[in-house]
Amino acid sequence: MPEGKEGSPAAMNRTAVERKSDRELVVTRTFNAPAHIVFEAWSKPELFKRWWVPKSVGMSLLSCDMDVRTGGAYRFVFSHPAFDQPMAFFGTYREVTPNKRLVWTNEESDQGAVTTVTFEENAGKTLVTLHELYPTTAALDEALAGSAEGLPEQFAQLEELLAGRS
Amino acid sequence: MVQYNETRLDASFAALSDATRRGVLEQLSRADASITDLAGKFHMTLTGMKKHVGVLERAALVTTEKAGRVRTCRLGMRALEEEAAWIERHRQLWSARFDALDKIVEHLKSKEKADARRKRR
Repeated sequence: MPEGKEGSPAAMNRTAVERKSDRELVVTRTFNAPAHIVFEAWSKPELFKRWWVPKSVGMSLLSCDMDVRTGGAYRFVFSHPAFDQPMAFFGTYREVTPNKRLVWTNEESDQGAVTTVTFEENAGKTLVTLHELYPTTAALDEALAGSAEGLPEQFAQLEELLAGRS
Repeated sequence: MVQYNETRLDASFAALSDATRRGVLEQLSRADASITDLAGKFHMTLTGMKKHVGVLERAALVTTEKAGRVRTCRLGMRALEEEAAWIERHRQLWSARFDALDKIVEHLKSKEKADARRKRR
């Protein structure tokens, strides 16, 4: 992968994940671009849908409605070969501060997280910090198991387990 | 890579099938604790808590060490592996997402630069 000319390659392109407490997950990454550009990719549906569902996950995004303003709603519908029915993810933007901060809720169940994303620009680069706060420990433990994104990984793991047992 | 085998898996699943034992693991992921502490926290007799810890110990989810009259419990290798695997699953998802985001950001940035050049001309 080509590295940007500026900035240390070690700090760039690295996604750090930390379980901050029994109900919080924090993900950080620095992008080699000013905050307004990074924010644009989070707040314009046509851009957002190109990265939120990575190819490796095997899911397709059937629809992506995002009303990115404080109090606005979002709704994503996914399909996956392993599901009979498409799955919907939806919630509300609690706070939208352009180029600085996004806060949204996840409302498919009462176990959904509140996600806060901050964009901090420094010398032309932007540190993105994503913070998920779950209502209970169990909800965080099951965040991947229960979410559609996690399923293929879970299946792969299950396959591994089953292969080991036979 | 973690090696799974049937005995260990059965022991793990059995150990994790109980809400108190899951609570004990959660507690120990925050700080080591004595059996007496755990019994107090879960409103249980010492004997009852000893049994639960025994099940977790056999599944390698907990290790215990006796110093004087106090038996201290901490997370075992298996629990630490589970925790590391859990973090790794999240890291994989977010890495994949953010790698894709990185490409889009690079594209937007060069587009912005090109637009700025065009305006100057």
